[in-house]
Amino acid sequence: MKHGPGAGRGPGGGMHVAQKAKNFKGTSKRLLGYLKPHWAKLLTVFFAAILSTAFMIIGPNILKNATNLLVEGVMPHMAAVLNGVPAELAPPINIDFNGIAGVLLTLVGIYFVSSVFSWIQQFVMAGVSQKVVYDMRKQVDDKLSKLPLKYFDGRTHGEILSRITNDVDTVAQTLQQSLTQLITSVVTIVGVLIMMLTISPLLTLVTFITIPLCLVITIFVVKRSQKYFVGQQRVLGELNGHVEEMYTGHKEVKAYGHEQKAVDEFNTVNEELYEYNRKAQFISGIIMPLMTFVNNLGYVFVAVIGGLRVANGQLTVGDVQAFIQYSNQFTQPINQTANIANILQSTVAAAERVFEVLDEEEQIPEALNPKRIEAKALRGAVEFDHVDFRYNPAEPLIEDMNVKVSPGQTVAIVGPTGAGKTTLVNLLMRFYEIDGGAIRVDGMDIRDMTREGLRSIFGMVLQDTWLFNGTIRENIAYSRPDATLEQVMAAAKAARVDHYIRTLPDGYDTVLNEEASNISQGQKQLLTIARVILADPAILILDEATSNVDTRTEIQIQKAMNALMQGRTSFVIAHRLSTIRDADIILVMNNGRIIETGNHRQLLEQGGFYADLYNSQFAAKPSA
Amino acid sequence: MIKLFKRIDKRYIPSLVAILLLTFGQSVAQLYMPNLNGDIIDKGVMAGDTDYILRAGGLMLLVSLGGMVCAILGSFLAAKVSMGFGRDLRRGIFTRASSYSLKEFDKLGTATLITRNTNDVTQIQNLGFMLLRMMLMAPMMLIGGIVLAVSKDAVLSLIIVAVIPVLALIIWLVGRSTIPLFQAMQKKIDKLNQVLREKLMGIRVIRAFNRDDAEKERFDGANTDLTKTAIKVNRIMAIFMPLVMLIFNLIMLGVVWFGAVRIDAGAMEVGQLQAFLQYIMQIMFSVMMVAMMFIMLPRAQASADRINEVFELNTELLDPDAPKVPEKTGKVTFDHVSFGYTNAEELALTDISFEAAPGETVAIIGSTGSGKSTLANLIPRFYDVTGGRISVDGVDVREFEKEELRKRISFVPQKALLFTGTIADNIRYGKEDATDEEIQNAARIAQASDFIDEMTDGYNSMISQGGSNLSGGQKQRLTIARALVRRPEIYIFDDNFSALDFKTDAKLRAALKNEVKGATVFMVAQRVSTVMDADKIIVLDEGRVAGMGTHRELLKSCDIYREIVASQLSEEELA
Repeated sequence: MKHGPGAGRGPGGGMHVAQKAKNFKGTSKRLLGYLKPHWAKLLTVFFAAILSTAFMIIGPNILKNATNLLVEGVMPHMAAVLNGVPAELAPPINIDFNGIAGVLLTLVGIYFVSSVFSWIQQFVMAGVSQKVVYDMRKQVDDKLSKLPLKYFDGRTHGEILSRITNDVDTVAQTLQQSLTQLITSVVTIVGVLIMMLTISPLLTLVTFITIPLCLVITIFVVKRSQKYFVGQQRVLGELNGHVEEMYTGHKEVKAYGHEQKAVDEFNTVNEELYEYNRKAQFISGIIMPLMTFVNNLGYVFVAVIGGLRVANGQLTVGDVQAFIQYSNQFTQPINQTANIANILQSTVAAAERVFEVLDEEEQIPEALNPKRIEAKALRGAVEFDHVDFRYNPAEPLIEDMNVKVSPGQTVAIVGPTGAGKTTLVNLLMRFYEIDGGAIRVDGMDIRDMTREGLRSIFGMVLQDTWLFNGTIRENIAYSRPDATLEQVMAAAKAARVDHYIRTLPDGYDTVLNEEASNISQGQKQLLTIARVILADPAILILDEATSNVDTRTEIQIQKAMNALMQGRTSFVIAHRLSTIRDADIILVMNNGRIIETGNHRQLLEQGGFYADLYNSQFAAKPSA
Repeated sequence: MIKLFKRIDKRYIPSLVAILLLTFGQSVAQLYMPNLNGDIIDKGVMAGDTDYILRAGGLMLLVSLGGMVCAILGSFLAAKVSMGFGRDLRRGIFTRASSYSLKEFDKLGTATLITRNTNDVTQIQNLGFMLLRMMLMAPMMLIGGIVLAVSKDAVLSLIIVAVIPVLALIIWLVGRSTIPLFQAMQKKIDKLNQVLREKLMGIRVIRAFNRDDAEKERFDGANTDLTKTAIKVNRIMAIFMPLVMLIFNLIMLGVVWFGAVRIDAGAMEVGQLQAFLQYIMQIMFSVMMVAMMFIMLPRAQASADRINEVFELNTELLDPDAPKVPEKTGKVTFDHVSFGYTNAEELALTDISFEAAPGETVAIIGSTGSGKSTLANLIPRFYDVTGGRISVDGVDVREFEKEELRKRISFVPQKALLFTGTIADNIRYGKEDATDEEIQNAARIAQASDFIDEMTDGYNSMISQGGSNLSGGQKQRLTIARALVRRPEIYIFDDNFSALDFKTDAKLRAALKNEVKGATVFMVAQRVSTVMDADKIIVLDEGRVAGMGTHRELLKSCDIYREIVASQLSEEELA
């Protein structure tokens, strides 16, 4: 869902699905807090809105003078004609053109001023509303960098994205349009009421007869349409889900011959959607004709009573004319206010979702006096000392883990798919915090360092390569933005990807597209390896899994990784037998826990899970 | 757009005619109203004739009521027709897409097909409603308003000649300056989304390399850029409405002035001037409506084009007129098969010939892009061969009814995909009338029963959309179970084992061996250990057969195979 401020708010002429906020009052207050720094501008907007509306409202009341002047000029003539005097003998029509010109010129001025204020109001509001949402987006983005990984792992990207884009956009649109509309609507209602009262309290009373009718209709229609719009939204979501599933799974659908079933299911949901669409569209389409009719009803009442008063000489024709114009302006703002009330509800609900992100618990603060290991002094010893950890408070995962890794050693992490091999990576990099014990690098507790200091010690190559929309050079230099082109090229050479990059049309300046789909998976892996080579970390974390990579590239990746591991402490999520066998320490994981520790020989002798795992692989092969 | 609207179902024609008539009625009522208003003022209020006011008022209410009824009925029918049209379009697109082969899916792309099926149709149906409600009325009101204004006072009507060009000019100016800005803004919104998405996907890498600050800057850049454009757009829009209102009001004042001149000349009455004013307003509103339509059209046109494209694309994989139904054996033959994707310069497969006898396991191995998956996709006729022929059970696959052909095959695509529903539902997808025992058995063989049993609801556990609550390996095992429950003559596994760890892979293959006895099995793989004990291994290299035989034979005869093996197994395992 992408749409910018100013774009339509969906079908149905401004009808909305109002989502309820959990804490309407608190959230509204907080939202208003964002407006506080702009109070001077908002005050300008407020007064501009009042002035613009007020001038607009005065209009008919002044115009009535012109009508009266016209009538006065015509009256003697008409009266004579009506009394049977032949037209040519009746007193001539004598209109006071100077008077009319005066009235009209005043009105030109008034309308001009009104439009200028209306423009000022919207112009200023555009700045305010966009700046408020700019601040909101920035705040959310800042917050994201402070949130623990747990937050991101527990949510889909779509959900987080939607809060920063759609929800913030909703707030922007409301600030830009609905807030000023609300001001003008209220001012209009009050202003029109005052004008009507000054013209004729009696006629005002007559007009009021139609107001309850207006309200009843508005409430009835809004309530009904709410139901249908909610239904429409829900079923549309259902249909979307079905279509998405069937299209992404079209191979399965065909392979298992379920085409007809898919179509049948689609038709059922489609039919339901049609019903909601039709009803929602219809009900929101009838409000205008109903209101017009009520307006006309009021018109007739006013004309009848007004006519009587004119006949009695208690009112002028211009008065009646002006009054009718006012009463016509009365129903629309009432309608609008009802709609805005709905919009405000959705806005507060959207703001609430944004605030929820801002209120999320942040990762634990950095140590007060962080220590730092000098890059030169780093040896790369890692120690897990009685480490406890759990993702979920109810399920202990790692309990009392004790492992000592000497500088330069290789640690292989092995286990079946889904055994939680990335947990250790999460702990080492402090993506997650341990619950007990300590992890030490060169004898220093990693919690005593800043996260930045800790992470600069490690180099990480994960299975899902992450590259961004930028040049290859920028992507490699991601680990060291100040690296020279020579250094980047040297890293690429070491990662055995330099030759490939040179075959690309723009070499190192080739821009990777959004999905980085213009280079193969294997090359992506090599680029991320080059990135780590450039960073030259003391300790490595590698994921050996290289799915979707052809064999030749895989050999290259393997060689690049081996070169990288030379002389560094390495944690390897191992898939290759040779790596596992040559590892100094093997951590065997299953169901998220470390169940065995030792080297290849020790573990085989132990005859446990690892031995079973290892032997099963040989069992599947023909005797060599 | 017109092309698309021509697709409208014939049964809506009576409704459309009715809408036209109702709109006409509504327009007449609306146009008659100022006339009545004017009369009430002239003959009633000014003359103090209450009886006349009551009579004319009664007539006015009657006309108004008529107009309202027309409007409500029109709205009802317009909703029915436009939303019905939307429904028909959606159904048409979905049915058409269901008939597509993979070739057409590749051509259009899955993501855009989804958009076409839902968002684009919503655009069109909403436009349809607008057209039927407002746009149909605008020209009627415009013409009617002009006719009546002229009939009231032809001389004063000359003012219309001045009004319309001025309005058109403003609309044109605003449109010209804002449309590109709106487009620019959309691009900036997309950019912001992209920066954010990249950030979410790479959160670990960003933190690992301590690049939080740089990322913040990147986001802030996109944010500032978007904000600037948004302010600009909204500021331009800010002048639009006040300007239009001002012009409307100035025109009204002009009409009053010239009207006064006419009245002074005795050519017009005061009430008629009021009526005339209202006609001018109606004319101006109609012009605005028509202008709005021209602003909305390009957007809807893009949607209409995308939908038309779907309807114009026909699948090339048709069922034969006289399909054959041979006896089921499981024999598959490739006879000098070549295949090239549309628009591809080179063939993906060239001159492939082999035979898979019933009960044989045929493994296909090769590097990425060597054509393994393509070969597997040809057997269930997801694509048609470019040259040569493929036969199943002795009959060319093109002479089968596709459904009959695919009934004989269990195909497990490379990417594990599950549907919303329970685990049992997903396995049952392979065989709709499968019993619980069959499902559990299939899950056991696919090495899925362990993790299913551990789930709180077992086989009735819900799978969220896309299977996000399962790991890649678990999903893959469920898709394998789905294939097993079908018990066909031919199994095709398109590289489904590489997502599994060695141990599960080995266990699964061991269990599979007994289960698929007698069936022909195709196994696309990357790991040598997966294919080692196949009856026949086909080594593909750049779409050609580089070697064919058993593991031992190939080790002796095929360089590429040896290279693959060397990269995966250590020396001693090679021995």
